[in-house]
Amino acid sequence: MKGLRNYLNKIKPNFEKGGKLEKLHTLYDAIDTFLFVPDKVAKTGTHIRDSIDMKRTMIIVVIAMVPALLFGMWNVGYHHFLSIGELAGKTLWQIFGYGFLRVLPLILVSYVTGLTIEIIFSHIRNHEVPEGFFVTGMLIPMIMPVDVPLWMVSVSTAFAVIIGIEVFGGSGMNILNPALTARAFLFFAYPSSMSGDKVWISGLKNGESVVDGFTGETVMGYAANGKLSEMNFSPHDMFMGTIPGSIGETSTLAILIGAVILIVTGIGSWKIITSVFAGGAFIGLILNLFAVNDYMSLPYWQHLIIGGFAFGAVFMATDPVSAAQTEKGKFIYGFLIGILAILIRVLNPAYPEGVMLAILLMNVFAPLIDHYVIEANIKKRMKRLKASRA
Amino acid sequence: MSEIKKIKKGLNINLKGKAEKVFIKAKPSETYAVKPIDFAGLMPKLSVVEGDEVKAGTTLFYSKSDSRIKFTAPMCGRVKEIIRGERRKIQEVIIEACDKIEYETFVKADPSSLDRKAIIENLLESGLWPSIKQRPYNIIANPDNTPKSIFISGIDSAPLGVDYDFLMQDCEKEFQVGVHALRKLTKGNVHLSINGKYPPVKAFKNVKNTEIHKFTGPHPVGNVGTQIHHIDPINKGEIVWTVEPQNVVMIGKLFLNGRYDARKIVALTGSEVYKPRYYKVISGCCITSLTEDNVRKGNQRYISGNVLTGKQIEPDGYLGFYDSSVTIIPEGNEYKFLGWLSPGFNKFSSSPSFLSRLIPNKEFTINSNLNGGRRALMITGQFEKVFPMDIYPMQLLKAIIIEDIDLMEKLGIYEVAEEDFALCEFVDTSKTEIQAIVRKGLDLMIKEMN
Repeated sequence: MKGLRNYLNKIKPNFEKGGKLEKLHTLYDAIDTFLFVPDKVAKTGTHIRDSIDMKRTMIIVVIAMVPALLFGMWNVGYHHFLSIGELAGKTLWQIFGYGFLRVLPLILVSYVTGLTIEIIFSHIRNHEVPEGFFVTGMLIPMIMPVDVPLWMVSVSTAFAVIIGIEVFGGSGMNILNPALTARAFLFFAYPSSMSGDKVWISGLKNGESVVDGFTGETVMGYAANGKLSEMNFSPHDMFMGTIPGSIGETSTLAILIGAVILIVTGIGSWKIITSVFAGGAFIGLILNLFAVNDYMSLPYWQHLIIGGFAFGAVFMATDPVSAAQTEKGKFIYGFLIGILAILIRVLNPAYPEGVMLAILLMNVFAPLIDHYVIEANIKKRMKRLKASRA
Repeated sequence: MSEIKKIKKGLNINLKGKAEKVFIKAKPSETYAVKPIDFAGLMPKLSVVEGDEVKAGTTLFYSKSDSRIKFTAPMCGRVKEIIRGERRKIQEVIIEACDKIEYETFVKADPSSLDRKAIIENLLESGLWPSIKQRPYNIIANPDNTPKSIFISGIDSAPLGVDYDFLMQDCEKEFQVGVHALRKLTKGNVHLSINGKYPPVKAFKNVKNTEIHKFTGPHPVGNVGTQIHHIDPINKGEIVWTVEPQNVVMIGKLFLNGRYDARKIVALTGSEVYKPRYYKVISGCCITSLTEDNVRKGNQRYISGNVLTGKQIEPDGYLGFYDSSVTIIPEGNEYKFLGWLSPGFNKFSSSPSFLSRLIPNKEFTINSNLNGGRRALMITGQFEKVFPMDIYPMQLLKAIIIEDIDLMEKLGIYEVAEEDFALCEFVDTSKTEIQAIVRKGLDLMIKEMN
């Protein structure tokens, strides 16, 4: 590795101020710091620093998403072959390979679009390139239907990065979760590509031959249309993830593996994850008690394994920037997301899935939650002051 | 004796190079220095010029804002050099030591027979007054104030911190007299916090005229700010003073012998020291008298104080006024290939994402590398784990950054000092210079309040 370092040291002056390639400094810097932890030392304050940095934090989140991503790729292939009646005789690798080839372009488009914009903005701001997009760039394709056109991925990613992040001052200053901003943009701008029963299965939209009786409807779709009784997915299917849906959201099991990685490494807040599930279960139980239709009587725990609930709880709600920042606030924030997600899902027929809107809504309210938590702390201090003066 | 107070939040950083409990008489230092930069916010005015002869206790400079606060020579000799930095700001006043120490004489009397004013006068004249700091703001105490109480922390929980139960062995009497003197300065109590894990050293156990509190838990349990918060927190308008045990001993010696006797014990610690041990020195000594032939060759960082709050000094620099240790760690100005991806068996972190967490009691060598680049403050919940006060550290920090005086006050700025945020700075993923921000906030408050 010495050779590589020497080479980088040799070409470095070209990218510094006054160098030939000064304009590419930000790009060079991103690559250099990706390859090597820089030689910067503590100048003021503590003389030693924790080994953790933003790159490691973000890469762990990406690692936590890998199980869901790999399963999602397999699931894309599985449903494709199921829909055209050619599942029999296909090997695991053929199924996975098909899905891999369908999903990879989405990932590439998302990363290329997002990182290009990030690098340009970092250059303008004279910052190092922030790592947040490592995660966002992976999240965006995972919450898309597989047949979404690539240009839409690109446009929505650009929207998310520019309007979702950069206008607020860059990574760390945003109010809304960037990946959900991308999805919400598509959901409202191009609803026909984001909902219905044709978009979730690769090839279905193009009218490829479909076996009789295959619908491609998601669990959410069945539920929203009041046809839960016609659905033939078992809770086991829903938990394992062999159901149609956005690429990464279907397998609760794979997502829970990710949740374990996030919680064990301390990167994701267990407070948020558990309280989202608690909130969902809580409102599910209440709906069960007052059930007047099929959807309301869906056993409360099944709410937690269908749609994007688990994915949202583990990978979206936990984004530290857009979540509540106080530890007490995190419980409240998570619990309310759980409640709202199920309420929107069940009671509002316009939106078959409520997780996205619930999280975005609570992103907006997170500062308010924090405000009250902190206000309580301030009041306590005031009371102490009064007591001491009395 | 009161029950044991258990601090739960915090972090022990287990570094290599803990001082062995052996006293070594250091080779006498040829030069000594008093450094105005050791005192936050001080504007020094010189009382001596280069070439002047001084005794131990002779005033070298005083505070421009309060000429009663004097800074005196720890050693007799000749003023060798006055080193100035940017804009002629005085950095160090260096004294070339004489062979046989001579002292200025100050009042020698039992503090219980003196009135408050006389005690303050004696402390001011001898140059021991600056060893008394005040909260809020963590600056030298104002002699016109009467503090609510005075706090002494008998625990040093910082990485490679000294063991007061070891170094306070032979100063029972001096410590007691020092406490008597301090007791006269406050309306309230003198609070002494000791380590609840072990039976305390005699000097602490037998001391009278104090209220003793036992603490256990991880760093920052030894920070006086943590202890104040859990014993008698500071409210707006209240003032408390803090003194370190070795300075209490010096105060005791002042009243016992009528001299500014600046002898103290420092620990030479750190992974780059061959034989980390305790040394008997005189305050302000040049550290070469300790480090000679005892430090590994290479690119090292010399710190007066500990790795969290100390100041970087030159290899031939001087011990800081408040410091009881000198720490030497490797400088970290080298690149690490894909360093952020490694499993991390050898890397210390508060984050469980490093496998080093699986090896308990492992001693680490940590260099001065930042281990990453500066980012926005993104990660939440980190600071709260190492900040054992009922204060929201992240929110207070942000209030300081936006210079919102009112909010800073509401969020508890009066209770904190830079050192209380040192662990936050250590664990911070975004590599923000947090202690510097806190100091800025405190300075801003001083300006606003006066």
